[in-house]
This record gives sequence, structure tokens and C-alpha cells, in this order.
Amino acid sequence: MPQLTDLTAHQALAALRQGDISSRELTVACLERIDRLEPALHAFLTRTADLALRQADAADRRLVAHRAGQAEPLPPLLGLPLAVKDVLAVEGVRCTCGSLILENFIPPYTATAVERLLQAGAVIVGKTNTDEFAMGSSTENSAYGTTHNPWNLTHVPGGSSGGSAAAVASRMVPAALGSDTGGSVRQPAAYCGVTGLKPTYGRVSRYGLVAYGSSLDAVGAFGRTAADVTLLFSQMAGVDPRDATSMDIPVPPIALSPDPSLAGMRIGVPKEYFLPGMQPEVEAGVRRAIAQFEALGARVSEVSLPHTEYALPVYYLIAPAEASANLARYDGVRFGVRAPADGLGELYRFSRGAGFGSEVKRRIMLGTYALSAGYYDAYYGQAQKVRTLIKRDFEQAFAQVDAIATPVAPTTAFRIGEHSDDPLAMYLEDVFTLPTNLAGVPGLAFPVGFDAHGLPVGMQLMGPHFREDVLLRLAHAYQQVTDWHTRAPVL
Amino acid sequence: MKLTLQEVEHIAQLARLDLTPAEKERYRQQLSAILDYAARLQQLDTTGIAPTASVLPPHSVLRADAAQVGLSTAALLSNAPAVELDQFRVPPVME
Repeated sequence: MPQLTDLTAHQALAALRQGDISSRELTVACLERIDRLEPALHAFLTRTADLALRQADAADRRLVAHRAGQAEPLPPLLGLPLAVKDVLAVEGVRCTCGSLILENFIPPYTATAVERLLQAGAVIVGKTNTDEFAMGSSTENSAYGTTHNPWNLTHVPGGSSGGSAAAVASRMVPAALGSDTGGSVRQPAAYCGVTGLKPTYGRVSRYGLVAYGSSLDAVGAFGRTAADVTLLFSQMAGVDPRDATSMDIPVPPIALSPDPSLAGMRIGVPKEYFLPGMQPEVEAGVRRAIAQFEALGARVSEVSLPHTEYALPVYYLIAPAEASANLARYDGVRFGVRAPADGLGELYRFSRGAGFGSEVKRRIMLGTYALSAGYYDAYYGQAQKVRTLIKRDFEQAFAQVDAIATPVAPTTAFRIGEHSDDPLAMYLEDVFTLPTNLAGVPGLAFPVGFDAHGLPVGMQLMGPHFREDVLLRLAHAYQQVTDWHTRAPVL
Repeated sequence: MKLTLQEVEHIAQLARLDLTPAEKERYRQQLSAILDYAARLQQLDTTGIAPTASVLPPHSVLRADAAQVGLSTAALLSNAPAVELDQFRVPPVME
């Protein structure tokens, strides 16, 4: 039997059902590993050991009763430890969003996505580090210090969900939740060598997810395998009356076959996603994985997404514009940090000036400018029109293929501090992940190799609206015949 | 696109952000560079293209007009920096 923390979510759940392990044993193993690795990784902002052990003991009572013959059916995630990105509310647990302005914020309610996992029996071990308000590609923008990449501690884990990705990659937890507005699940998944899903816009409720870019935000999941991500996604997905953008569309069970044959599947490869300046090992790894899909029977063809080069400027107008509106609520009145002030105007300016970090202020400034009188049509209005063209690119491509395969990012994980002084260079890390958010389609990242320095290379699969199942089935087939996803960093 | 210091101060005032002189100068330079980059969108002819209102098909979000139990006043006030008589307390609006 391997170490408890080496178990995938599927393996752990099977062992829990059979009584080979208890949820308390598994949870304690996770908490001990977190305690041991946190000084090096800093993946967590809050650890919830007491809550986790209470949940684990409750799960164990149900598991024991079930084995004693009580007929009550067991929920699918009963006893499974999870980590939650610190932008999702868990009632009674501090939620900072990586920001000083929410240093002491205790949400009085729980996010729907988290609530559904708790209903399914999950155990919450803590809240993970994030770029402030999910704005960043490295977790360096967290007000509480950066997370380190488990494969090389001098490199970033990616972001903004870098804490969750590092926690799963380092086997602190079998699975974790993240959020993805422009690549914040997929890019850290690629940098840390784990599997991460951004569902279709509207597929998973955002109630209780702190808002960043409301037309782009999605709640996503990390696991070490596509099968584990499927498990979490299947529990979270579905309409929620508390999120008016969640869609009332059935969530059919996703059947993952042990047979990796992909006969009949059509995969498109867009030339716009293979840039001259990208790291050669990233291109080589992704090309090799595409050949592997072909070997499994998929038909691979070239497709074109001609407006790809405009996705970055479109995103960096629309997302900051929406952020500038969403973050207006942090004014020092109802929650968050309040700065000393003589009048209400000063209270707003001083609280926000002191409470927000530099990247958040930069995006608020940019978004405010793009929405301001005289510039709205040229910037925000034009960006929304070009967004329509980007969305059409995907519609046309998905008329020909079932999924699109690309790199997740142009490089592997960069060094901590490498892009600190150049926001535009940092934004370029998102160039391949932003288009899916603009079009609202789902995207999945998973490991397909390593570079010469031992850092993971990720592939992205994108699919039509509400077809997460296609992406998960493809990645599952790939993981049946390859072992990149089983590699673990030495820590 | 070169932003002036006055423009930066105007945006900061619209956004109710107190910025230091160093921040103003840094954002002046960085926002100018980002807006330069964004200027490539102007090259595209978008005549007749509708702006994206939603990426999803239109769907009704109406519900029955029935009262529901929400969070308690105590829960809603629990994170407030200052409270008086079950209300948020703030400094004077008029000076």
C-alpha cells in the first residue's frame, strides 16, 4: 500500500468504502503533509484542521454504519479531503482573496460549488493561496507571499490558483477547487503538472465566488487525473437559483471508459497557437501528445482561430473593466479593512488605496479608464465587438472538430520575480488560455511532458459549450496510455 | 498613447483610489504601454458586428415572486468595521 497522500481521489474513496482506511487517517495524513511542506511551498492561507477532523469523523461514522449493513446510500465524495481556493466562501472560515482589504473577512455563507462538495461528503482542509482577487499568473500578487512551484522552488506555480495547483501537485490533497477568469486554473495546472478544468461559462454556480470579471469567471477543479477532476466537476455542475448566469441544462453522467480508443473523435490543431517565440520543449511536448491522440484513433486536422492575436488586448480591457465595477464594493463600509478618515470620500479613497495591492490598483485604473466618458466606445465597446469575432472563430471551428488541442502557455513555469516589473510580459503568459473565457467554452489542462529543467509541460483541450465530457474523456484516454500524470516532485 | 499625470489623477478620482506620487508615475507609464498594446484592436473593422452581451444563449432568469428567508441582520453586519443601532456607521458625508 502506498502512502495515504499518494492515493488519487478515486483510490482514496475506494479504500474508504472498503474500510482499508478511515477518513480521519487520510485527513491527518494530508494535514501532516501540509504542515511538513508549507514552509517550503506556502500553498495555504488558512488551514482548517479542526473543521476537517470534525467532517472526517462524521464521514467515518457514516462509513462504519454503512459497512454494518445500514442501507443508507453513501454520498460520492464521503471522507475525501479537499482544498479550496481562497476566493470561494466557506461559512465561518476567513476568506482573504489574497488581499489585505479582506484580511479579517469571515463569510456568513458558503459558496454553492463548495456546498455541493460538502453535501457529497468532502472534508475541507484549508484555503489556498491566490493572486490578489485572482488577478495574476504567478501568485506573486498575493498580499501574503508567493507560493512556490513544487517541481522547483525558485519558480512560480502559475496563477492565480497557484496554491491549489501546488497543493495537488505536492500531494498535500488529492484534489482542490480553483477559479478561472483568463486561465487561472489551466495555467497553474500546466506549471505544476496536474489536471485542471475550466468548465463552460454558466456550468457551475458562482454564488459565493468573489467576483472578478463577471462575464468570464468560472469555478474549476484540480486533480491528479482527469477521472478525479470529473468526480468533482460532476458534483459541482448544474443550475443554481442563486446565480442567474448558471444554465438550466442537464449534467449527464460522464462515463470514462478504460478502453482508450478514440476512433471517430476529431481533434483540431490551430496554427495560431504555435508561435515562433514559444519554448521549443513546450511545442515538442504538445506535438507529441497530439501524435499520441492520433495513435489512439482520433482524426487530427488543422483548424484556424484567426482572431486569436486579439484575445489578449480584448481580455485586458474587458476583465479590468468588469473588475473596476466589481471591486467598487470594497469601500470600507460594510466589510473589509477601513482606513482612518475624516469624511466619507476620504474613507473610500484611503481604505482602497491602503487595502489593494499594486496589480489590483493597476487593473482598477485600466478598467476605469476603458469605461470612462470619451473612451468607452474606443476601448470597451470595441473590445466587446472583437470578442464576438473570437466567439465566432470557436463556433466555426467546432463545426468541424470535437475538440481543439493547444499548449496551455508559451513557456513552462518562469522564475519567481522574472516578470515582476513588466505587467505586459506577465499578461502574455495567458495568451493561449484567455480565448476560452472570452468565448465561454470549456478548457482542460493536463501534463504531457517535462522540459530539460524538470518543469512540467501542459496541453490544453478546448471544447464546445457544455461539452466538458469530451475534454475529460480525451484526457482520460491519454492518461490510460501515458504516465506523465503519475510523476511526483521530490519534496 | 501617452497618459498625462492629470489623466491618471482623474482616473484615480473616478475609481476612489488614493495613490502615492510614485504610484501615479508608475501607472502613467504602465497604463500607457498597455493602452498602446490595446490600440491594435482599432485596426479591425467591426462595422456591423454586435458587441458580445453574453456568451450564453438567452435564457429567462425570472423566478416566482415569493418571499425567501435570507441572511440575518446580525450575519450581514458581522464583518462591518463600525456598527450602530443595527446599521453601518460611517463618517460624515457632508463636510
